[in-house]
Amino acid sequence: MAARIHVGAGAATALSTFNSKKLVAPPSRTNLPARSSKRYIVAAAGSDGSKKSLLRVRHSQKLIANAAVATKAETSATTGTGHELLLFEALQEGLEEEMDRDPHVCVMGEDVGHYGGSYKVTKGLADKFGDLRVLDTPICENAFTGMGIGAAMTGLRPVIEGMNMGFLLLAFNQISNNCGMLHYTSGGQFTIPVVIRGPGGVGRQLGAEHSQRLESYFQSIPGIQMVACSTPYNAKGLMKAAIRSENPVILFEHVLLYNLKEKIPDEEYICNLEEAEMVRPGEHITILTYSRMRYHVMQAAKTLVNKGYDPEVIDIRSLKPFDLHTIGNSVKKTHRVLIVEECMRTGGIGASLTAAINENFHDYLDAPVMCLSSQDVPTPYAGTLEEWTVVQPAQIVTAVEQLCQ
Amino acid sequence: MALSRLSLRSNPFLKPSTTSIRRHVSTDTTPITIETAVPFESHLCDAPSRSVVTSSSEILSFFRDMARMRRTEIAADSLYKAKMIRGFCHLYDGQEALAVGMEAAITKKDAIITSYRDHCTFLGRGGELVEAFSELMGRKRGCSNGKGGSMHFYKKDACFYGGHGIVGAQIPLGCGLAFAQKYSKEEFVTFALYGDGAANQGQLFEALNIAALWDLPAILVCENNHYGMGTATWRSAKSPAYFKRGDYVPGLKVDGMDALAVKQACKFAKEHALKNGPIVLEMDTYRYHGHSMSDPGSTYRTRDEVSGVRQVRDPIERVRKLLLSYDIATEKELKDMEKEVRKEVDDAVAQAKESPVPEPSELFTNMYVKDCGVESFGADRKELKVTLT
Repeated sequence: MAARIHVGAGAATALSTFNSKKLVAPPSRTNLPARSSKRYIVAAAGSDGSKKSLLRVRHSQKLIANAAVATKAETSATTGTGHELLLFEALQEGLEEEMDRDPHVCVMGEDVGHYGGSYKVTKGLADKFGDLRVLDTPICENAFTGMGIGAAMTGLRPVIEGMNMGFLLLAFNQISNNCGMLHYTSGGQFTIPVVIRGPGGVGRQLGAEHSQRLESYFQSIPGIQMVACSTPYNAKGLMKAAIRSENPVILFEHVLLYNLKEKIPDEEYICNLEEAEMVRPGEHITILTYSRMRYHVMQAAKTLVNKGYDPEVIDIRSLKPFDLHTIGNSVKKTHRVLIVEECMRTGGIGASLTAAINENFHDYLDAPVMCLSSQDVPTPYAGTLEEWTVVQPAQIVTAVEQLCQ
Repeated sequence: MALSRLSLRSNPFLKPSTTSIRRHVSTDTTPITIETAVPFESHLCDAPSRSVVTSSSEILSFFRDMARMRRTEIAADSLYKAKMIRGFCHLYDGQEALAVGMEAAITKKDAIITSYRDHCTFLGRGGELVEAFSELMGRKRGCSNGKGGSMHFYKKDACFYGGHGIVGAQIPLGCGLAFAQKYSKEEFVTFALYGDGAANQGQLFEALNIAALWDLPAILVCENNHYGMGTATWRSAKSPAYFKRGDYVPGLKVDGMDALAVKQACKFAKEHALKNGPIVLEMDTYRYHGHSMSDPGSTYRTRDEVSGVRQVRDPIERVRKLLLSYDIATEKELKDMEKEVRKEVDDAVAQAKESPVPEPSELFTNMYVKDCGVESFGADRKELKVTLT
C-alpha cells in the first residue's frame, strides 16, 4: 500500500478521559489505544439543513491499528489545512484518485460520461479518462450490471452506477447470483472487485418508486459487502476502500446528502469498510444509525443533551457485515440501544441489527432494543405524508426518554 | 482437393491392401480440405466457404475428444442414477461437435462462457476428467472445490468462465468479458453460449445492443437443440431463426452436428468479431438426453425422433465415417481408441469416488477475499466471531 495513506477509523476507545461538556461533537477520526493522551478532533455537528462542518485532524503518535490497510507511523503532527467540498465532490475526488492510480478502474452507468452523472459524481471524468473508461450505457441495468461483473471476473474493477438505487432491482439477479456468489461457487478462482453505487433513500417528494431503500433487499445476499456513507469524509474514504477491495461492495449514498459540505484532509486516506464511526460518545444510551438518519439523530441529540441525557451516537456505516466490535463495546457501556434507520420496519437493517445485538449482547442489555424505522408503506408523494414516513428527531427524543426511564 | 465424404469407401480399387500404401497417421498435419455437408445460412454478412481446412491429426483428435465427452456424459448418467450425483445434471451428449469444433478454431486465451450444460465445454477447455467427476460428486478435488456442482464448472487459467445456473444471465457476463478484452487491447474474443430457450431473454438483447454499440469482440452462440426443456422452439419463439434475431447484428446458421462446420464458423466469427464487432452464431444441434436427469426427454418428443437423429446426424459417427473414408484409421483402431477412452473415464470416476469431501471449514472459505479483515462466524459460534480491528 502507498506509504502515506492513513486510515480514518471510527471507534474511539478511550472515552473515560473525555469531557463531554467541552465538546460540541465527537472525535470521529482516530481509533486510539487507551494509553494515548493526545487526540483532538473538533467537528461541528451537521444538522439536517446546513451542512457546514469543520474538521481538524491531529494524528496521535500511536498508529491506527487497522487490518485493512498497512499504515505507516505519521511523523507530522498536523495535516494541512485540508479543503472544503460537497459530498458529491468528495465522491468524485475519491473516484478520480482511484482511476488515476489504477488503470483497471472504470465507471459504467447511465449518463455518467458526457452528461457528467445525474448527481454530478462523475463530472469531468469522461473528458479526463475517455469513453472507454467512463462508459455511458443504454438503459439496461440487468445487462450492464452483468457486464460489469463479467469484466470484473477478468480483473477489471468497474464502478457500476445505478442512477437511482431503486433501478438496480432490475439487476437483482446479476447482483445476487453472479456478483455475490461467483467467488464461492468457482472455489475462489474468480474475484469480483466491483463497486455498485448509487443514491437511494427517501428524497423530497420523489414518489414511491424513486424513494427505495435497497439495503434491506440486498442484505441477505452472501458474498457482498454493503456500506453507507454519510459525510464527505467517509464518502471519499469508503469509495476508495470499496474500489480497492477485492470483494463486491455496494456503496449506498443518499439523495439528500449530496450537498453536505465538509473540510477533508488534503492527503490521501481511506476508511475501513467494516468499521463503524463513533459520531458522539456518551454514557446513557447507544444510538445506532446510518446515512441520512445520522443527521436526524444528531439533531435529536442536541435536544437530548439540553434535557440532560448523554447519548452515544454511532454511525454504523458498514451494513454488511455489522461492526459488532464497536457496537458491542458501546452496548457494554451504556446497556441501552436505540436503532434509528430509514429502512422499512419489516426485514430492514434494523431488524437484523436488533437480532444480532440480542444474540450477542443479551446479558448487557437493561432494556429491550428499540428500533425506529420508516413505515411499511410505499413512500407517498404528499410532503406531509412523506415526512411521517421517515423517522423525525422528535420521535427519537421520545424514544430515548422512554428507554432511559 | 475436395472429396465427397463417402466416395472412397465404395470403390474397392482404392482400398489400401498393404502397408506400402501411404496411410495418414495420427500425427500427420498435412492439410486436408473437406466440404461441409450443409451450407451456411447468413444474415447481414457473407457466409464463409464450405471448404474446411483440417488435418488427419485434427480429425482424430475430434474423434477422441468427442468420444471422451460422450463417455463422460454417459458415466454421469449412471452416477446420477446411482445417486452419487445429486441435484441437477444437464447432459451434453449429442452436442459434442460444438465443443470440439469451437476449440479447434480458437486459443485458450479466447474466453468461453456458457450455461449449466457445461461439462463438455469444461473438458474441451482442458479440464481434467477427475476434476469434473469430483465436482459432480461434490468432492474437494473438483474444479470448484466441490462447492459449485454440475452447473458451476470454471477454469480460470483456460479462460473458461463457467457454468451458470440462471438461464441467460451469462450473456451480459459474456459481453463484460468481451469488454474487458477490448479494454486490455488484446486481440481475443469471447464466445457466450446460450440455448434456444435463453434466446428469448431480454438481457440478451440488452447485452447485444451494448456489444454492437461499443464494438465488443463478443460472439453470441445459440446452441439450438430445438427444445427449451419441454417446450419446442416453434412453441416458444415467434421467429425461430435465432441467427437473424440480432437484427442489426450479423448472424450465421451452422450445422452444429458437424465439427468441421463448427470449426469453420467459429474461425470466421473470431475474425469478424475482432474487426467488426459482435456476431450471432446459431448452431443447429440436438441433445439425446432430456433437459436434465430429472427429465426423461420423451414426453415432448418421440423416441423415433431421437433415434433418427442418432442414426443420421450423430457427430461422432460422422467423424468416424470421415476417418474411415479418408483411411486415417481403421475400424479396429477406432474401436480401440474408444476402449481407451472408456477406460480413461472409468479410471477418473474411480479416482473421483475415492477423493475426500470438503472439510467443514470450507463452508466459510471463499466468501470474502480477506483483504480487509472480514471473517465469518463458525458454525457452532464457538469459533472466532467477526473481528474488525
